[in-house]
Amino acid sequence: MARFIFMRLLQAIPVLLVVITVTFFLVRLAPGGPFSAEKAVPPEVLKALEARYHLDQPVVNQYLSYLGDLARGDFGPSFKYPGRSVNEMIAAGLPATTELGLYAMCFALLIGASAGVIAALKPNSAQDYIPMSTAMLGICLPSFLLGPLFMLVFGVWLEWLPVSGWGDIPGDKILPALTLASGYTAYIARLSRGGMLEVMSQDYIRTARAKGLPEWKVVLKHGLRGGMIPVIAFIGPAFAGLLSGSFVVETIFQIPGLGRFYVQAAFNRDYTMIMGTTVLFATLIIFFNLLADIVAVWLNPRLRDLYRGKGA
Amino acid sequence: MSEDTGQNVLSVDDLSISFKTRDGSSKAVDAVNFHIARGETLAIVGESGSGKSVTCYSLLGLIPQPPGVIESGVAQFTSQGQQRDLLRSDKQALRSLLGNKIALIFQDPMTCLNPYLTIGEQLIEPLCQHKNHTREQARNRAIELLQEVGIKNAEARFTSYPHEFSGGMRQRVMIAMALITEPELLIADEPTTALDVTIQAQILDLLDKLKKQRNIALIFISHDLSVVASIADRVAVMRAGKIVEAGKTQQIFKQPRHAYTQQLLASVPSGAKPAQACQPNPQAPALLKIEHLKTVFEQGKAGLFSARPAPTIAVNDVSFELRHHEILGLVGESGSGKSTLGRSVIQLIKPTAGRVQLDGQELTQLSSKQLKPLRQRMQMIFQDPYASLNPRMTVFDTLAEPLLYHRIATRKNVTPRVLALMDDVGLAHAAIRKYPHEFSGGQRQRIAIGRAIATKPEVIIADEPVSALDVTIQAQILELILALVERHNLSMLFISHDLSVVRTIADRVLVMHQGQVIERGDTETLWAAPQESYTQSLLAAVPHL
Amino acid sequence: MSSPEINSTQQDIDTPPTPLAPAEKGSSLWRDAWHRLQKNKMALLGLVVMVAMCIIALLTPWITVYGYEEQNLLLGASPPSAAHWLGTDTLGRDLLTRILYGSRISLAVGFIATAVALLIGVIYGTVAGYMGGRIDAAMMRLVDILYALPFMIFIILLMVIFGRNILLLFLAIGAVEWLTMARIVRGQVQSLRQQEFVEAAVSIGLGPWAIIRRHLIPNTLGPVIVYTTLTIPSVMLLESFLSFLGLGIQPPQSSWGLLISYGVETMEEYPWLLIFPGLALSLTLFALNFLGDGLRDALDPRASKD
Repeated sequence: MARFIFMRLLQAIPVLLVVITVTFFLVRLAPGGPFSAEKAVPPEVLKALEARYHLDQPVVNQYLSYLGDLARGDFGPSFKYPGRSVNEMIAAGLPATTELGLYAMCFALLIGASAGVIAALKPNSAQDYIPMSTAMLGICLPSFLLGPLFMLVFGVWLEWLPVSGWGDIPGDKILPALTLASGYTAYIARLSRGGMLEVMSQDYIRTARAKGLPEWKVVLKHGLRGGMIPVIAFIGPAFAGLLSGSFVVETIFQIPGLGRFYVQAAFNRDYTMIMGTTVLFATLIIFFNLLADIVAVWLNPRLRDLYRGKGA
Repeated sequence: MSEDTGQNVLSVDDLSISFKTRDGSSKAVDAVNFHIARGETLAIVGESGSGKSVTCYSLLGLIPQPPGVIESGVAQFTSQGQQRDLLRSDKQALRSLLGNKIALIFQDPMTCLNPYLTIGEQLIEPLCQHKNHTREQARNRAIELLQEVGIKNAEARFTSYPHEFSGGMRQRVMIAMALITEPELLIADEPTTALDVTIQAQILDLLDKLKKQRNIALIFISHDLSVVASIADRVAVMRAGKIVEAGKTQQIFKQPRHAYTQQLLASVPSGAKPAQACQPNPQAPALLKIEHLKTVFEQGKAGLFSARPAPTIAVNDVSFELRHHEILGLVGESGSGKSTLGRSVIQLIKPTAGRVQLDGQELTQLSSKQLKPLRQRMQMIFQDPYASLNPRMTVFDTLAEPLLYHRIATRKNVTPRVLALMDDVGLAHAAIRKYPHEFSGGQRQRIAIGRAIATKPEVIIADEPVSALDVTIQAQILELILALVERHNLSMLFISHDLSVVRTIADRVLVMHQGQVIERGDTETLWAAPQESYTQSLLAAVPHL
Repeated sequence: MSSPEINSTQQDIDTPPTPLAPAEKGSSLWRDAWHRLQKNKMALLGLVVMVAMCIIALLTPWITVYGYEEQNLLLGASPPSAAHWLGTDTLGRDLLTRILYGSRISLAVGFIATAVALLIGVIYGTVAGYMGGRIDAAMMRLVDILYALPFMIFIILLMVIFGRNILLLFLAIGAVEWLTMARIVRGQVQSLRQQEFVEAAVSIGLGPWAIIRRHLIPNTLGPVIVYTTLTIPSVMLLESFLSFLGLGIQPPQSSWGLLISYGVETMEEYPWLLIFPGLALSLTLFALNFLGDGLRDALDPRASKD
């Protein structure tokens, strides 16, 4: 298992390098630099600015020195906000984004998986149709529509929950987390329904029933593990989706998170900030993909042996 | 072991089950009666779709309802003086019997054990559920039983997962799991069908021994009459949901009264190949000559820190000749490399080393373009008639494809040729525009055979062509193959795991074991006096009527 | 699915070997699937909605009364009325007109980007699945790597750097969506390759191109159709998402995402500006998803057993 994790970590390095390189040169390709937007900067000032951020040096040198800084965990200074480093800005935004993402993930997994399992136990009955139609609703109402609707209904009309802020008023985290979770809840519900239906038709489920086990034990002990495999595989991609989804949710609910910073940085052409966030997001996504793979291997004894090098 | 009705563990009366389908309802089981006493083995025999499994599963509440509907019937189960009707018991009551007083063994040990749980965990479940054993007590009992069913090193194997066992071993685990609560009734649904013949013999012996020791009532469901012959006290023959004939095993096999039973018995392959009009000439030069053929499969890939796993040698230094107008049988158990050998000969798999010569022409060095004209002369029939036909092509498309591709016919004149082919393999002309899924397994195999003989080949490689078919259909297809070999003067390599089938069709036989041909000879000579111990054990394991 | 060759050749039979029984028309898997789809009311409804929507979108310039930029500042934002069925926005522009023009953009992005994804994905997947071995491993490794990239971020980056170019949007979205298509097709081709009917085709002597064309592609078509139907809504969603962020379609052109984003700004005073564009988007997504699900059930061979 340790070797499997190590190998996957090794494989992640080239992926990360690709991300860094592509972002770096893509940004440099863009017409107009970070300081061109502002009104006529005197040439000598511009020169000084460029010198300060090493923009006057050959691109290859810039690239190498950026890589060197990254290796030390230094994302460099922000182009837009003089005196602030990208590290500082990330540190300011990351906690809110992570918290939001985690809440959403928990919502999605708990509600989604249980809805899916319940639906799969009695396919083509009301017990199946009701959660699955709700799931369809979740898929067809994107977060940028659902969020405002939630605000309108629960915040403005019913006045049950606060509509903006993060950690200021109790309950202000509920709507953003629900909004972000909705699509993934729905998707996970569909995945786990599919997975459970597949597993519950397997021969070994019949064996378990033939032992006279009560139905709940058949489902939870014998069915759940296999049925959750598609869901586990989805966690990695889901996390990537949650990160990009947080752009919208943070913008709508005015949450001081990384997603909002990223969108702002993109509009401002704040190169170092764009690169820093991209690299960070890529790392996080790769990390969560790896985590999902590890869980999948750990859950499946056959795969476990394969990676242990034991003959199967 | 008599028909003492007073001792009956289970007696089923007038059981009828139907399945609701889109076009109405179809009767799966129709007014079935049977009974079984302790210490007795009742075999329920029938072809696929005869309702033999549904009958037993319905008693235990294991068929999905809907679409299944139990229309009528009584199933009295007697245990320790207590009688109850299984069909009228609630789920709770049924569950307390299942895996406790009544146990089941299923067909495929590969899929019937939960791959995510250790076999120990699965073994102790019934004890913990029904007998209130602690895990420790249950564990000790399970290890005892594992030893009894012949699992070596049971203590260590307790924590193994199913994939770490071979098929035969898994079936032993299944048997241990069924017997762990000391049931009074054991239902075995085709318990040996997925196993090799030598393993099958071992499992049958084990089942019989355990049944006698424990004085269990055993219901043995099977499609295979010869397997049943060795184990059953009484036999019930099912067809289309009805029991057409029931009685003592001896009586059923010696004096079958019902026409269907007679047909079934007649279909079981037995005896030697019927004499042909023209016999292969041993002096004639070989049509197909295989020399030192070797096929190796690479496994996985080398990792950064791990060596590449050792390659599997599927076919190891095999040489043989196929003569004109000869049927050469190739027998072996699963994993012996017989299918790989067939595919290597016809160049579906490129052999690693060795020579394959068709009529003196070397095939192994040819490119696929150079092979194309030679492919006309050598064709293949596959095992699974459901997988060997393109589901999106009609009979016409399938049969016309080789004719058009090899320019034997043009689009203008291909239809009469296709119709002639359909006559040859016994398909009705009206079916020409139908798709494979509209046919039964036997008819599909006829289409596949038609495709193989379309280009008028000289050599046909038949890879288990009848294994997926019911016994009566199997007999018809074997008859068709023999007739076609006669009519078109074919030479055939006939690959099969079923020794009885090979005996009825082959002139000579090769026995394959672990990638090598270990014995060869004229069929009847080999059957009469096998030389190698492996061949002897193989022949000894074949069940007889 | 009857091919013209069969019909033409039947006239060429001079003397049939035996009296021909009237040939029964076989029912192909496609026909069976169509019958199953017809029984699924939601999927049929989805199909009808989508067809209607496409027709209306095509005819929009001729059936709308107002222009999509036509302002009426005196009117300002007004609720639904007889003159403006869905009301007007803050600049007095007719909302129905803007939604209909938006549907043109959304549907165009949906179909074109999906077509891009389809083209790349099917070719890439077929090649990888058919070649197998090292080529397949290398090609799929590339897909894995691309999967691990934060694509949303790249699309945003592209839109920011190269301006909000609608052509670029098609390409960028198509470039993301082809990955899943390639995986699905490759999986299909790989499992089909091991099927005996493909082996049979090889042993007949068919060349690789004939095998791909006659035996592989017709059998991968089912899952491809299903996945295409499900890709269209996800592409439309992506476009709306980008437009919502202000990175997609530029005003004064309208797109559903853009309309929703305006609607959010004024939703407390003029909720219809949020609700109607939202309804249009959701309705389309519903229709396509139900159609996709219905197609999956209809084309899945396992569904035919019960």
